[in-house]
Amino acid sequence: MDFLLLSLIKAAVVAAVLLTTLAYLQWVERKVIAHIQVRLGPSRVGPHGLLQPLADVIKLITKEDLIPPHVNKFFYLAAPFLAITMSLLSISVIPFGSEVRVLGQTTWMQLTDLNIGVLFILAVSSMGVYGIALAGWASNNKYSLLGGLRSSAQMISYELPLSLAIASPLLLANTLSLRELVQKQGGFEFGFLPRWNIFQGPWPQIISFLIFVIAGFAETNRVPFDLPEAENELVAGFHTEYSSMKFAAFFMAEYANMITVTCLTTILFLGGWQPLFPASMGSNLVPPVIFVLAGLVALYHGLNPARRKDRFTLPVFAVVFFALAAVFLLPAAREAILPLFWFAAKTGFLLFVFIWIRGTLPRFRYDQLMAFTWKFLFPVAVLNLLVTGLLVALVP
Amino acid sequence: MDVILFLVFAIIAVLCAINVVVQTHPIASALSLIGVMGSLAVLYLLLGAEFIAAAQVIVYAGAVMVLFVFVIMLLNAGEEVHRGRSFVVQVLGAPLLIALLGLLVYFAQRLFPGAPMVRFGAFRGGTAVAVGRALFTQYLLPFEVTSVLILIAILGAIVLARKELD
Amino acid sequence: MNAVPLSWYLTLSGVLFTLGAAGFLFRRNIITVFMSIELMLNAVNLSFISFSYAFRRVDGQIFTFFVMVVAAAEAAVGLAIILTVFKNRNTLNIDDLNSMKDEYQPAQPEEASETAPVSVP
Repeated sequence: MDFLLLSLIKAAVVAAVLLTTLAYLQWVERKVIAHIQVRLGPSRVGPHGLLQPLADVIKLITKEDLIPPHVNKFFYLAAPFLAITMSLLSISVIPFGSEVRVLGQTTWMQLTDLNIGVLFILAVSSMGVYGIALAGWASNNKYSLLGGLRSSAQMISYELPLSLAIASPLLLANTLSLRELVQKQGGFEFGFLPRWNIFQGPWPQIISFLIFVIAGFAETNRVPFDLPEAENELVAGFHTEYSSMKFAAFFMAEYANMITVTCLTTILFLGGWQPLFPASMGSNLVPPVIFVLAGLVALYHGLNPARRKDRFTLPVFAVVFFALAAVFLLPAAREAILPLFWFAAKTGFLLFVFIWIRGTLPRFRYDQLMAFTWKFLFPVAVLNLLVTGLLVALVP
Repeated sequence: MDVILFLVFAIIAVLCAINVVVQTHPIASALSLIGVMGSLAVLYLLLGAEFIAAAQVIVYAGAVMVLFVFVIMLLNAGEEVHRGRSFVVQVLGAPLLIALLGLLVYFAQRLFPGAPMVRFGAFRGGTAVAVGRALFTQYLLPFEVTSVLILIAILGAIVLARKELD
Repeated sequence: MNAVPLSWYLTLSGVLFTLGAAGFLFRRNIITVFMSIELMLNAVNLSFISFSYAFRRVDGQIFTFFVMVVAAAEAAVGLAIILTVFKNRNTLNIDDLNSMKDEYQPAQPEEASETAPVSVP
């Protein structure tokens, strides 16, 4: 019974954290894009627009839930459910951190560890195509249909380089379990170089890392590969006919997919929760230093406020950052949250790259998109896999 | 637990399979077929074939069926037109099928009396390691031949679907 | 009640196979017929995996793997054929696809007379 209770608690915690992250990821995205374009971004609802996600949720729930008369009702309603379910499902095998001891219970920061974990994520993500394809078809709208067709073609095409890019780090690690994958990347070469797959010999996986991230952009339908929802060509692509919470489901599915892809990148290539440099060189002090610096910056801007409101809000943030820094200095808590910090830091950085690229790059043309994966990405991925396999076989 | 899981997914599989046959719209048939494949993947897991279960979802449900759905959407295939069927099919079709089913079930029940009961976890030979080892030692030649077959299939598909230049 | 007889799996496989055969025989849409074939392949795969369990050997699973790979290749070629057929005949009904050659379809006389230039006032 303990096991059942523990699993339920873990599932509830992961679900709550994931959904909050989804909501705030959108706030972060709007803020970052705004600053890239020299704007302020959301700033009306709450301090620095921090309550904007809440306002968005209220707006989306209270909007009229319209079902257009010409749609195929069953599939039209099933599509958003399929999309959101499949995108939330894969988080269940992601390990966020190492073992923790809470109230006398020892448990992993992971919902479950399958020994086919990588295959599970591939399987679930390949099922996610149906949500979008069905939405496009069931809407009975030419723009939606084109969006659905584009998305399914794009996702099938980019799944190939994606899978091949996953295969090469698996050759190095010799396991399909995500937890073991991270454990095998622990330790340091020459005392300072982490044994992450991206750095590890005999063949550092930088090429497959890049391929994986590029294919990840396409799998999540993000700029520069957001052809399925290219608004200047297709209105809004596959979700043109969707409103209210059904639209929100697609929106959340996209962000959840983004989180899954970045988590998987972290685990496969960037060593999961393993720190960047050894504890003997002070890696345990990185989180407190970062939080103290953030707190100091917030305090400085609070004392020299740009707007009147900032005089009260920014010192509060500073206090929060100082408290976080203090938590990381407690030896009891440190054991549990340091891995979590490293995992969140790497994933957060990758998410930032996703947003950064959205603010930087223009959209591909459709034939360029297809030619890019079939004529460039796929051959490179195959070559990389061959070289990795050869070197793994030759170098003991 | 095993019995419940088996019954639940067997019933889902059979219902979806019936749906594949009776639905008049091809996309409904395709989605029911995905349901069959998904529940079969769970049954494979119960039988200890974890790698094949994952491959079933990735290859069958994820790649082959996406192709089907893609083609159905591309051709905008509508409802099926019913025509008068041939006399032989009308009279003999259903009885012959039921006879086939009876025969299959009879063989399944009788021809294999020493069969063990299926317990989840009793057979752990279906891991990725075991499958890979068998595939690259004992079945290496068929494996390589299959890769040639896939190459031929790719070429064939490209030649068939290519736009005529003249 | 914590174990299932193997024959149940084989029976399920038989039921699925029969349903696939029924779809193959009774349906007229070429894509649905193709899907029925996939259903039959899946049914056979289930019995392969069951026998693999019964004999405690991995060979049955290898066979299933090959069936899957061949089915994927078959789907690629088959769907390309269907696309070509649809392009040439503009139908998916297998009753209409009963000749190996493209039938020569003369232009409809009504349309021809409509588009023909009227010379006599």
